[in-house]
Amino acid sequence: MIRLQAITKVYPMGKRELEVLKGVNLHVKRGEMVAIMGPSGSGKTTMLNLIGCLDIPSSGSYYLEDREVSRLSPGELAQVRAKKIGFIFQTYNLLPQLSALANVELGMRYAGCPDTVRSREALDRVGLSERASHKPSELSGGEQQRVSIARALVKDPPLILADEPTGNLDSHTGAEIMSILTELHKEQGNTLVMITHEADIAHYCQRVIHIKDGQVEWEEEL
Amino acid sequence: MKRWLESLVNTWEGVKAHKLRSSLTILGIVIGVASVISLMSIGRGTQAQILSNIESLGSNLITVSPGMSFERGGVMGASGSATTLTQEDAEAIAEQVPYVATVAPYSSSSQQLIYGSNNVNSQVIGVTPAYQEAYNLETAEGAFISEYNYQNGSKVAVIGSNVEEELFEGASAVGQQIRMGTSIVTVMGVLESKGSSMMGSTDDAILIPLSTLQQTISQQRTSTGEHLVSSIAVTVSDQGQSDYVVSEITELLRSRHGLASTDDDDFSIGSMEELVSTVSETTETLTLFLGAIAGIALLVGGIGVMNIMLVSVVERTREIGIRKALGARERDIWGQFLSESAFLSFSGGLIGVGLGWGLSKLISSTGILGNITTMVSSDIVILALAVSVGIGLLFGFLPARRAARLNPIEALRYE
Repeated sequence: MIRLQAITKVYPMGKRELEVLKGVNLHVKRGEMVAIMGPSGSGKTTMLNLIGCLDIPSSGSYYLEDREVSRLSPGELAQVRAKKIGFIFQTYNLLPQLSALANVELGMRYAGCPDTVRSREALDRVGLSERASHKPSELSGGEQQRVSIARALVKDPPLILADEPTGNLDSHTGAEIMSILTELHKEQGNTLVMITHEADIAHYCQRVIHIKDGQVEWEEEL
Repeated sequence: MKRWLESLVNTWEGVKAHKLRSSLTILGIVIGVASVISLMSIGRGTQAQILSNIESLGSNLITVSPGMSFERGGVMGASGSATTLTQEDAEAIAEQVPYVATVAPYSSSSQQLIYGSNNVNSQVIGVTPAYQEAYNLETAEGAFISEYNYQNGSKVAVIGSNVEEELFEGASAVGQQIRMGTSIVTVMGVLESKGSSMMGSTDDAILIPLSTLQQTISQQRTSTGEHLVSSIAVTVSDQGQSDYVVSEITELLRSRHGLASTDDDDFSIGSMEELVSTVSETTETLTLFLGAIAGIALLVGGIGVMNIMLVSVVERTREIGIRKALGARERDIWGQFLSESAFLSFSGGLIGVGLGWGLSKLISSTGILGNITTMVSSDIVILALAVSVGIGLLFGFLPARRAARLNPIEALRYE
């Protein structure tokens, strides 16, 4: 599903250059649920951005479903994001002016197949059908994150990326969110890659990849 | 269709999310469009008024006058060259030139008119019955000079409304006798007032048969015995043939007057159509000038739209980042922002058209700005709407481009 080969990412920092990723190799199989852990500044977010086709590597190759996407133009990357990838963010990133349902529907919009019925079903599956017409400001943090999960899942993308999905939630709600995620992952069989720095959250996954100083330090199977 | 409707709904959501800001933006466009509409309606109204004044004289009128034409360096004052048109010229035009409806030769002279103790200096015009048709004259009382009157040199007169007012002071004029120079004529009709016009008015004139004028006042003839006239009015049956008729008359008169090909014309021809087009051009320029002034207001409104849209892009950086993460391409973001600015300025344009239309109605009905007629024509409305949408697209371009080119990672990180 995901194959990273000798990926590096260098950011210009004034006159010097900052090497955030220093040759990352990674393999994620179809349907796997993988956690990426590491201290802040280790490059895990940069890595997730690359996997999510929000950015391209400075060197190395990235194959998504056996297609090399590391040299695509911004427009082609947008198409890949629209069709193949669903994002779940730490800060939910819902549009404040839209209702929960409209936010979910937005997840399908750029894939070219907006569908209100499917959006309702997705909300139903995260247990929020009652609050479909509420604006994000009228929802709790856990509810907002559930809307954003519904948004990521509604187009049934092969790959779901989550950047600290429980980072802004208390441990109880966090656990709730994780059980929803794992359940949906089992049902739909998408590949799921998430960043976290909480060990018990990482334990919901099948494999944990530890990143340090821009390199994969070690992996553990759970 | 569904997609189109959906993007309209999205645009509306974006506009609705910032009500105050959107309405202030719209206001700028409203003022611009309303001033374009009302100022241009004043221009158009004035133009229509002037043209209808001219056309009341007869728009298919061609006037042949003696002397050289204006275009050849001004009117020549030499008496020899100023008395070249004859009644026989008029007859030849009537017989030989196609598309001619009426030919009305006339002569005029200034005389003192006396009735009772009143007297007035007036222009006496000796006319043929065709004069009535050529100048669209109507009689308010009595009748116009008939063919019989003309053939017999009857001592009758048709007087203008101002002359009637000054001589008769409201008393009935028809049937009364007035002294005109050394002769006496009987009033057989009074003309309806035509108001003042650029060509001089028959309101201040007295019309008598041309034959009567030749017998009683002046009997000017050329060396070959033809009767001189001061002008010949010709009307054209088909207005589209006006230019052709002018050239035919020129040809005919040149040969009748025995002019060599190197000689200048000894007469000049002015067509009403020419005058109408000159006046139209002038007033059109005036209208455009007014429109341009109002256009500045519209431009300022457009810059307002750009300003607001730029602010909006900055404010919605995070939203743009989210949309991009969800797979929006640059052109999706472009479309979103452009349609928002076009929507804002188009609704501003619509409201502005309504307001401008109301304003121009108000101006003409209450007469605040004096006696001005206004006219809102559909081409101005369409133009104003098109320009307002164009302004939305033009001034939305820069903000939309900025939004579309945002880096998704940075946009998502933006607080």
